[in-house]
Parts: sequence; structure tokens; C-alpha cells
Amino acid sequence: MLGKTAGGLFWMSRQLERSENTARMIETGQRIALTRGADSDGEWASILRTAAVSSGHAAKYDTVTRENAIDWMLRDKANPSSVLCSVETARNNARMVRTALTHECWEAVNAAYLRIKELLARRVSERDLPQVLATIRQRSAFVRGAMHGTLLRNDIYDFIRIGTFMERADNTARILDVKYYVLLPMASSVGSRLDNVQWETILRSVSAEGGYRMTHGHKIRPREIAQFLLLDKRMPRSLNFCCSKIRDNLGYLASDYGERLDSQSCIDTLCRRFMSHDIDAIFDYGLHEYIQDFLSALADLSRQIEIDYRFYE
Amino acid sequence: MTEYFDEMWGLSQQTRAPYKKFSEWFEGEEPARLRAKQREAEELFRLTGITFNVYGRDEAEERLIPFDIIPRVISAREWKKLSKGIDQRVRAINAFLHDIYHRQEIIRAGRIPREMIEKNEAYLPHMIGVRPPGGIYTHIVGIDLVRTDEDTFYVLEDNARTPSGVSYMLENRETMLQMFPELFSKTRVQPVSGYPRALQQSLAACAPESCNGPPTVAVLTPGIYNSAYYEHSFLADKMGVELVEGSDLRIVDGHVAMRTTRGYQPIDVLYRRIDDDFIDPLNFNPDSMLGVPGIMDVYRAGRITIANAPGGGISDDKAIYSYMPEIVEFYTGEKAILENVPTWRCNEPDSLQYVLDNLKDLVVKEVHGSGGYGMLIGPTSSKKELAEFEAKLRARPNNYIAQPTLSLSTVPIFTKAGLAPRHVDLRPYVLVSPDGVNITPGGLTRVALKKGSLVVNSSQGGGTKDTWVLED
Repeated sequence: MLGKTAGGLFWMSRQLERSENTARMIETGQRIALTRGADSDGEWASILRTAAVSSGHAAKYDTVTRENAIDWMLRDKANPSSVLCSVETARNNARMVRTALTHECWEAVNAAYLRIKELLARRVSERDLPQVLATIRQRSAFVRGAMHGTLLRNDIYDFIRIGTFMERADNTARILDVKYYVLLPMASSVGSRLDNVQWETILRSVSAEGGYRMTHGHKIRPREIAQFLLLDKRMPRSLNFCCSKIRDNLGYLASDYGERLDSQSCIDTLCRRFMSHDIDAIFDYGLHEYIQDFLSALADLSRQIEIDYRFYE
Repeated sequence: MTEYFDEMWGLSQQTRAPYKKFSEWFEGEEPARLRAKQREAEELFRLTGITFNVYGRDEAEERLIPFDIIPRVISAREWKKLSKGIDQRVRAINAFLHDIYHRQEIIRAGRIPREMIEKNEAYLPHMIGVRPPGGIYTHIVGIDLVRTDEDTFYVLEDNARTPSGVSYMLENRETMLQMFPELFSKTRVQPVSGYPRALQQSLAACAPESCNGPPTVAVLTPGIYNSAYYEHSFLADKMGVELVEGSDLRIVDGHVAMRTTRGYQPIDVLYRRIDDDFIDPLNFNPDSMLGVPGIMDVYRAGRITIANAPGGGISDDKAIYSYMPEIVEFYTGEKAILENVPTWRCNEPDSLQYVLDNLKDLVVKEVHGSGGYGMLIGPTSSKKELAEFEAKLRARPNNYIAQPTLSLSTVPIFTKAGLAPRHVDLRPYVLVSPDGVNITPGGLTRVALKKGSLVVNSSQGGGTKDTWVLED
């Protein structure tokens, strides 16, 4: 496989995952705004931070409003992480690696692009927003389904999976990074109305309400939320889950190619360093510091994969 | 009576034999159903991503080439004659290219003036004395044909550089098979689907002699923003070979090699879809980002096959075109089976005078132009356009050739008002290797969708049709 193709597959799946995550964050913001009254602009500012798009937004707008935040995240061409730009980049990558994809996969990506581009051609009204966001998530699911159902489990699939889980781990970590303070054990008024809102926001942003309930029951506690999103082995968006998938897929690559590279040691170290402690140890270390360290280790891993598999010249 | 020969109805509104079965089927169809099918076809094309980019327009990033559901039908007998003519012509072209880069017998024999060859921009001195692997220059050729009556086909152009459009030949058939399977059980149409496999085999057969084991073939594309990118990825996909860009390649240990996830791997045959000028920044255009620095040195050392061979473009040059009857005769010892359109070379004073005197009846083309750009169609041009072109001709006569306007045949298209005749051309695709010449029965039919128009180019409002060659 060409190094460029490996890179194209990796970025295609990262961008698709990103578009879905962004849609989910907007959905969360909208939900909070609707159910918790008028004081939601602060919430949108924090959602922009979570999506790592707030500085671009600030360059264009003086204040954060629901409308301009949603438009920026959904369809602004100046925001490379907007849903529209992510899907377009994903599709360009898919075109570049067209020969590595099945007909079904390519069509699913292309159809997603065509549909989403059409939906986002104009500013989305509040009334249409739920439908538009649902379509974005659904299209992403179609692509995942086509990949799952039609791709050979070889290096092509490995690079796609690695891209997906790198992006997802990054996304979950950033959500926690922006909200870490509401999860700290000493957080002011545990169980207050405000905290409940924040906790719900966190769980919703990663589609984890139901999963949390099944695992930890009806009572929402910050320690359990942190445990669930960081360390749970079955929660598909937890850091632990994402890292173990990345490790698996890097492992398949190593056995397929018959050689272990620095990437494999890098993910092993990362797993040992971040996934082998319990949640109390993480709180002792400092949740914020832990997440910062994790994000930077993840970025190092991403760079190492790029080098080992020759994405670029 | 129609003014033009219609391939479905002839000159007298009688359904011609090759169209009988199709016509019966068509009579029994509901126009509304067909219209829905037409829309369905476009949806299919858009989803598959069979789009092209139009140069010089900002907003129209990706457009579809309109597809017309009425097939263009050619009988087995007609096809036999065409293929014989095509076979003869491609052999002559290869012999001609070998000759002009070696002993230049045709110049010595006084059949073509030396300056026509050596002063031609497409003549590549780097190729003098170089024998391409397998002795093949034009691995892939698209011969543009037009028809004027029951028996006469003219060659309009020999596309011997990187003819495009073959993906449309294949996808048009796929689409028809999906939409109208019943039509194909009624009529026996020769399949075209073997093309990618034949292309792969033909390219592999041209691998350098030094290559042991199965040759590694790759397609070289300028990248995803190129207007024909869909086709590049389509062909690489169907052949099961890598689609590479210049940035994936470099010279490693005297071989052209591609950067894979496991290091550099040598390539034996490169089907390049970029022009000579851009293929090697060290030897040609130093600003090119598309090619591979030093590839020409590897090529001259006989360690890679480049398809088509560099320097082959001179054979489809419009000025050389006018010599094609002589070229065919010189190298094959036979008269050309396919007709050449009479051509005036404007660099000859007498011809220029004739062209200027008869401008309103002629088609004038740029010698190095393509895609229907920069041409004048006398009969449909205004006085002002004629005057402007006359000035251009006087200023740079070397740059132009002129031809009579041919009465191109028509084939009906499906319109809101029913069937309506439109002008068409035909581009069959030809593969050449030491194993022989392989012509896919069919090709790309381009159709001028505008009533009366003679311009079939997709960049100027042309569409395409599925092309059927019937079984015997």
C-alpha cells in the first residue's frame, strides 16, 4: 500500500469521526439551551472550546450566540473543523484513496458528502436543526456500516480504524478537559442543579447516558462519570476503549508486515501510563494534568504513526 | 428527408437494420418511464462520482457529462471494417514514431518535409535513438471517427498521447445494463467489460526486458483536482494497481519506485496520465510538480516502461494528421482503409489563401489545440467572429489547419418531445503491445446535445451515449 494511501485512509476516517462528534456536540448544546432557559450563551462558549474551534470563532465574531456558534461549527468554510469542511476533507481523502475502498464505501462517503453539502448550503433554521444533525450522524453510520460490511480486514481497515479511534479519543479527552472541574471531588455544591446540567452535558456529548445507567445505575456521580469515560473497557468512546483498539490495530499491522515499529512501543507505553491506574489515583495526580498529558501523548503517537508508515515524503 | 445521414433512420426515415430490435423495444415503452430512467441514470452517475472539472469556471467544480439513454448501434459488419482500418492505422503510427526517432526513412524518401518533424513542438529530441520496451510507442490510442453516410467513416483525430473517456464507455454500459436489462436479453451486444483486464495485460506485456516475475504496473495521475481524475482512479481500481502521484515516486537504485507503507517498491510499467512536458522536471519543464525527477534517465536505460512513450504526441499533431494517408501507405504498403478528412495546412501560402477565401465554409483548428477550444466553425459563425479569425490566421498561419465542414451523421437523443436527431462522433479504444493490437468493440459516442451543433466536446455542451457493437 502507498504511504499516501495509508495517510488518506487515516485522515478520511478521522474527519468523518470529527463531523459526527461535532454534530453530537451541537445537539448537546441545543438540548441544554432548550431545557435550561435563556442563560445558554456561556454553554456555547464552552462547547466551542471543547470542539477546539473557539479561537477561530472569536476572530470572526465579537460575542458568542447560539446562532453564530452553531453556524460556525456546522457550515463555516473558514472553520476547517466545521461539519461541512470535515466531510469535504473526508471525501477528498476518499477520492484520493478510491482504489483502496470498495464501491460501497466510496458511495457511502460520496453520498454523505452530497447530502450534507445540500443540507448545509444555507444557514440552518432552529426548526430544521434536529433533522439536519440526525442526518449527519446517520450518514456517518452508513459509512461505518459499509466499511464494516465490505472491507477486507487488512492494512486498509487497520489505518481506517486507527484514524477513527485517534479522533474519538482526542474528542472524549477534550470534552473532559473543558469540563474537568465539574468532576472534581471537591466541586462546590455536589448534586446542585448546575452540576446536574454539566454532568448531563458531558454524558450526552459522548452518547453515553444509557450506557452509564446500565453500568452505574440511575445516580449520576462525578467520580463514576470520570471512571466511565476514562477507564471503562466496554464504553466505545472511553479513552481506554479507544486506546485498546488503536493498540489492537497497530498490532495487526505489525504482524501483517512482520515488523514492530516505534508506533507499537509508543501505544504500549501510552496504555501502561494512562490506563493502568484506578480513578482515585488519577484524581490524586490531577484530572486536568492527566488529560493534558494524555492529549500530548496521543499527538506524539499520531506523529509516530505518520513517520513509521510513511504518510508523507 | 433529412439533410444528414441518421444512423437509426438513414436518409429516408426507414429504421436501419442494426436498430430494428431497439426500435421495437422503444415503441413499446412509456415515455414517462424512460424519463424517470434518464433521471435515475444521472443520479447513478453523481453517486458514483463520474464527474469532470471544467477549466476556466469557478463555481462549476464538478459536473456530470449528460448521458443519453438511446444507444448508438453499430452492426458487426460495419465494425469489422472499422477495426481493420484502425488496426492498420495504429500499426502505421507506431512504425512512424519508431522511424522518426531512428533512421527517418520517411523524410529521406521525401514523403514528409524534415522541418514538419524536427521543428514540431511535439518532437522530442530526448527520444532519438531510444527504443521503448517492446518497441511500442502508443500503448493506448483513441481514434476519433465521424461518419457521413452509409459507408464512409473519416478519422478526425488520432489521440496518441493520453486519450480519455474510456471510463465513460464502461460506465455507460454498466448503467444501461442496470436500467434496461431486458434490452440486452433481446439484442446481442458485444461486451466492453473486458477492457480493464485487457489494459492490464497489454501494459504488463510491455514491461522492460530486465523485469523478472510479474511486472508491477501503476497509473500516474496529476491528482484529485485533475479533470479526468475519476477515470484515473477508476482504471487503477479495475486493474488492481496502485494510483500514484509524482510525490509518491522517486528514483531508488536506478529504478522508479513508489513510497509504500513498507518502504520504496520498484515499478516496471507506468501508465502516465500527465503530459510529456510535466513528466520529468530534470529533463523537461523544471517547474513541474507532477512528474518524477530523473525518470527519463531510467527510461533511456531501459528500466521502466512509460505508456504512452514520451514523444509520441507528434503522431496526433494536427499538422502531421494531414500526412496520415502517406504515412499509412509508406509503412504498411497498403492504401489507408479509413479516410482522412481533406486538410489545408495554413503554413502553405496557397492553402492559406484558399482558407481565407472560403472561411465561412470551413472548420479551422489550432494545430496543438484540443477539447474544441480555439476552433472556428465557419458556417455557424458571425461576420465578426470570421473577421477576428481571419486576423489570427494572418498573424500565425503556422498555428492552424482547415478542413471542410463534414455532414456528420446523427443518432436520435431522447428529449421531452420524443426522439430528435443530434450529431455524434465515435472514439474506439485501442491497446497495442508486442502481443498485438486489441480493439474493444464499442467506444465512446459523444453527442452534441444542442440542435444543429457539431461540437461534441463535453466541455462545450456535449453528452455521451452507450455504444453497441452487435454480435454477428
